[in-house]
Amino acid sequence: MAILEVEHICKSFNRTEILKDISFSLEKGQVLSIIGSSGSGKTTLLRCLNFLEQPDRGVIRVGGETLFDSEDSSTQKESAIRKKRLHFGMVFQSFNLFPQYTALENVMLARELLAREQKDYKNRKKDIQEEIRIQAEGLLEQMGLSNRKENYPHQLSGGQCQRVAIARALALSPDILCFDEPTSALDPELTGEVLKVIKELADKKTTMLIVTHEMAFARDVANQVIFMDDGSILEQGDPIQVFQHPREERTKQFLSRYTQ
Amino acid sequence: MEQIMEQMPVVLHSLNIGFIQTLKLFFVTLIGAFPLGLLMSIGSTSRIKPLSWFIKLLIWIIRGTPLMIQLLIIYYFPGLVLHNPIWGGGETGRFLAASFSFILNYSCYFSEIYRGGIQGVPVGQEEAGLVLGMTKTQIFFKIKLLQVIKRIVPPMSNEIITLVKDTSLARIIALQEIIWAGQAFMKGSQGISGAIWPLFFTAVYYLIFNGILTLLLGRLEKKLDYFR
Repeated sequence: MAILEVEHICKSFNRTEILKDISFSLEKGQVLSIIGSSGSGKTTLLRCLNFLEQPDRGVIRVGGETLFDSEDSSTQKESAIRKKRLHFGMVFQSFNLFPQYTALENVMLARELLAREQKDYKNRKKDIQEEIRIQAEGLLEQMGLSNRKENYPHQLSGGQCQRVAIARALALSPDILCFDEPTSALDPELTGEVLKVIKELADKKTTMLIVTHEMAFARDVANQVIFMDDGSILEQGDPIQVFQHPREERTKQFLSRYTQ
Repeated sequence: MEQIMEQMPVVLHSLNIGFIQTLKLFFVTLIGAFPLGLLMSIGSTSRIKPLSWFIKLLIWIIRGTPLMIQLLIIYYFPGLVLHNPIWGGGETGRFLAASFSFILNYSCYFSEIYRGGIQGVPVGQEEAGLVLGMTKTQIFFKIKLLQVIKRIVPPMSNEIITLVKDTSLARIIALQEIIWAGQAFMKGSQGISGAIWPLFFTAVYYLIFNGILTLLLGRLEKKLDYFR
């Protein structure tokens, strides 16, 4: 069964349609790459999944549970949205690390705050904090940043920042990890180190949704590729099909700019 | 010179008393205007239009007119025009009126500084907190607040140092602060008259106090230098 099901998502800003009837699904442990030119709605789609925007129409289901249904107002309660967001992790193009916290604190903060809502938090405070710290250190190690955990974001390179951001998103063990052009703010040298850790996550069967302009990477890492154009999914399939035998003229045109 | 040395103990004693009143007005203004300014900045960015218009109008009036005029109107208007002297008489009444005027005036300036500080925090900070399941309150206190403080320390320092000197405007309603105390020796007080040097000497008090403040505020700014 698909872990993520998205059906008929529509979203407009000031009467401009940004998303026009988007439907797709994603299996657990799979990677879906979304490609397409700027302004095609890729980022808005990710923001809808993370409840940073509310879709005008459509349904979002995770693991069979309906998180959002435009027809059912009981799924749109402000108070419940916070917990629903936890199904998704989000890695932003501009990292958005918290500048006043070290790399390690960035990774730990959200889990610590969530742990305070546990009933036994007061009694087990030390154990819980220790647990969170060990997990965070493990994640930073996985990102190759063991020696950087006490550094503040301004002391890190862009590639290191983005890896901290990935660790921070993973700390809450989301069902689906979303990337919004994770390497667009990086120079080619730093892009490589970020793509490498994303590839490692894919090898570990992390369910991911990656919006990217790195075509070679999308082709190598994804099980499924979606090409979006002007708010619609124009083409969808396995990477070989989309990249080597695109059916649509628009897809060919888009891809040819990257293969020249 | 000899005469000045002779007069010095009496003058210093008077100036000290005046300076205590200056300090009282200074601290009362800060204690009142820090929170009130924050409330006003929240109000001026509120989605409730009448509220935000009202606060913007208030800020326009207060920032657009001299503090001295505001002091005069606030102190004299209730008694002389409305025949309802709400401030009461004597030094206490003058201090209340001066405090009210200064808090109102400085809240308006502070609110604009707060607004700039809050709006200066990138939207991405809030969004990162949201997707990590934080509440709005957690986002404000755990993520934004320190970044806002870091942003507002330099402009706040400016305003605070200006406030030290602005307290002298309370002289216009005869609040017995340090300028008033210095001036008294021109007209004659405690056996000294026609002496202008005590008035000039008050500058030393302001200078030293502002020097201390500059050091402290500089230290705070340095402390927040560990992140960018």
